[in-house]
Amino acid sequence: MSLPLSAGQRSHRAWPETLHAEWTKLRTLASTGWLLAGAVALTVAVSTAAVAAAAVAPGVDLAKLSLTGIQAGQAVAVILAVLAISNEYSTGMIRVTLTAMPRRHTVLAAKAALVGGLVLAAGAVTVLASVLAGRLILPERGFTPANGYQLLSLGNGPDLRAACGSVLYLALVALLALGIAAVVRDSAVAIGTVLALLYLFPIAAAVVSNHHWQRHLEQIGPTTAGLYIQATAGVHALPLTPWQGLGVLALWAMGALILGGLVLRFRDA
Amino acid sequence: MTTITPYRSPVQDGPDGFPQLLHAEWTKFRTVRGWVIGMIVAILVTAGLGLFLVAASGNVSCGVSSTGGGSGPVRHGAAACGPPPLLQGPAGEPVTDSFYFVRQPLTGNGSITVRVTSLTGVPPGPMQPGLMPWSKAGILIKQDLSQGSAYAAMMVTSGNGVRMQWNYTGDTPGLSGAVSAASPRWLRLTRDSDTITGYDSTDGAHWTQVGAVHLAGLPSAVQAGLFATSPQYIAISTSFGSGNVNNNQTVATAVFDHVRRSGAWPAITWTGGDIGPATEGIQGFPQGYHQAAGRFTVTGSGDIAPAIPGPGNGNEGHEPIGFFLAGTVAGLIAVIVVATMFMTAEYRRGLIRTTLAVSPVRGRVLAAKAIVIGSAAFVTGLAAAVGTVIVATGEAHASGYSLWPVPWPAELRLIAGTAALVAVAAVLTLAVATMVRRSAAAVMLVIVAIVVPYFLTFTAAVPAVIGEWLLRITPAAAFAVQQSTPRYHQVQAAYLPGLGDGFFPLAPWAGLAVLCGWAALALAGAAYLLRRRDA
Repeated sequence: MSLPLSAGQRSHRAWPETLHAEWTKLRTLASTGWLLAGAVALTVAVSTAAVAAAAVAPGVDLAKLSLTGIQAGQAVAVILAVLAISNEYSTGMIRVTLTAMPRRHTVLAAKAALVGGLVLAAGAVTVLASVLAGRLILPERGFTPANGYQLLSLGNGPDLRAACGSVLYLALVALLALGIAAVVRDSAVAIGTVLALLYLFPIAAAVVSNHHWQRHLEQIGPTTAGLYIQATAGVHALPLTPWQGLGVLALWAMGALILGGLVLRFRDA
Repeated sequence: MTTITPYRSPVQDGPDGFPQLLHAEWTKFRTVRGWVIGMIVAILVTAGLGLFLVAASGNVSCGVSSTGGGSGPVRHGAAACGPPPLLQGPAGEPVTDSFYFVRQPLTGNGSITVRVTSLTGVPPGPMQPGLMPWSKAGILIKQDLSQGSAYAAMMVTSGNGVRMQWNYTGDTPGLSGAVSAASPRWLRLTRDSDTITGYDSTDGAHWTQVGAVHLAGLPSAVQAGLFATSPQYIAISTSFGSGNVNNNQTVATAVFDHVRRSGAWPAITWTGGDIGPATEGIQGFPQGYHQAAGRFTVTGSGDIAPAIPGPGNGNEGHEPIGFFLAGTVAGLIAVIVVATMFMTAEYRRGLIRTTLAVSPVRGRVLAAKAIVIGSAAFVTGLAAAVGTVIVATGEAHASGYSLWPVPWPAELRLIAGTAALVAVAAVLTLAVATMVRRSAAAVMLVIVAIVVPYFLTFTAAVPAVIGEWLLRITPAAAFAVQQSTPRYHQVQAAYLPGLGDGFFPLAPWAGLAVLCGWAALALAGAAYLLRRRDA
């Protein structure tokens, strides 16, 4: 017969157990695996297509070009993150979850850690495959050292920064989606909101003809600023440094998670 | 043996036709507050973004004070800075009008005939072609020497044979093939009151009429003579997230002889001059003309053609109204979410079983739902487009931003097309949602099909080649209804969807048809699965 745990022991074990519970929920959903595979496949497909269609022209940023697919693949990462929360609301599971673990912040933190970790892992695979595709295909498209283009290489500082940064970018986008899903709860609304947020700033920046506004839109947009991390050419002309840009996205993700945490804390499930 | 009469309700059967089904679905739609709010959000986001884009575009800052007084950016009046005003042709459409003109006044009726023996450019280089396909030279009758005035011309072109062109947008082909000393081209323009007729010939004896055009209000005294011009060479490279457009001048040099005139030509000598701002031509090939022993050598640079909007074409700062409908894509996301939930909510709540018990013919349920969500989305799209056009035009007037003029039929098509685009996209979403039943999957599929291709192309995230194909085959092709200005085959320009040019590879209604095709396909699949699967 096991003795009931004391309060101190319980709080000590709360975190690993919540993490374990959340991991079981995430792992046993069929959609998780499919979505991760889909994110990898879509990203690598779009990146490869972009690289295969590239033509030699002045100012082509090879690292950026071979990581183009991130822009499409992020949509799938968003779905994964949103479903981690909204599935619980649509089935009523959230009430069981919160009964088992009444510390609501801990639940959200565990979900964020697991979703972030999974997307980091998938992102690493994706980025490696995309960079490899770029390295193999770009020389055939005329981007050879003889023409003044270096081969993509993770031993090269800016290329490495672009690759690692893209992995972080995907994880941050997933965290942003998780936070928004905790606020709006419904999967369709959450996905719509996040994707509008991600895709609207670049479209608006492309349309507006005033360079002053264009710069501002790019600086504050989660996608536009976040993707500065992929820039390896003309870095000095960017409105923000690459890491500052990724910081803007991190602020968005943090803001969304804090808001999501507050809503989770103060609203009935 | 007794017969048992089965129980029958004394209540009379209510009508259960299609109108009742429509009414039921409409009631479901209008009584969910979140869905109605979603549609209103779609309208507000679209119009709000349009308003913002005009306000941001109109608010052109004029750079830093050149005197360096330390006062920071200095704003000048709208006339002092911002884009140059648009040059407009006889019908009010924006035009380009710059060429080298060797002319004399012609009073009353008359004609001019020439023989062209060559059309050449500078020797081509790696970044510099010699001639453009639409480099042109020939004879021209023009209302006066001001830019944008009415004209008609017969010309030889570098890659498109003999053409008759008039009033910037008119273009009719004549003889084909390039001009050379071995195969010269004879050109003739005849003026009769305000009708100008163009002829061409290979030998100066056998003439063919190419076209006869009516230039309304042509004065008695007009300018007539020889011209040459050659449009800019535009090299476009779109790399990830940025597009580079290099414009380089080209020049065309044509040799004319056998210049013959009939009618009243009061001047004795020819006068040469630039129409439009004097351009220098290319180093070593200045604009100008040379006359010796009846031979005229005319060199010019520029174009006489309709102008094409977009920074890629050197026309930044004047955008057509369709451009400010870019917020449609954001509003569309809201509509997609609502259309998804209109179906998936039935499955989530189990309401679908009640719905199908009441109306066992499942195809009819799908049809009723499609009609209701399609109509609601059409109204939403219409309100969004009309609202955007109204607020964007109003803001443009208020801030002194000059919109690229768009004729009213095109403006009407932009509005109706946007409404249709939103409606058909909603029906497509409904069908996808019926097939997959899950909100998340349905929203993702439709957004990846419509929004992502538009995004990838519009922001030049993928190379232009891929972007063009995405806008041909994916449902995003329907955004072609938002193209404000037509492509002109006689103008080589950056007709790109990205770079702020707003052009699409398909014609407006063809693009919408692509989306309709996808929607029809999805509806067929949805009807099949709805009948074959348990609810």
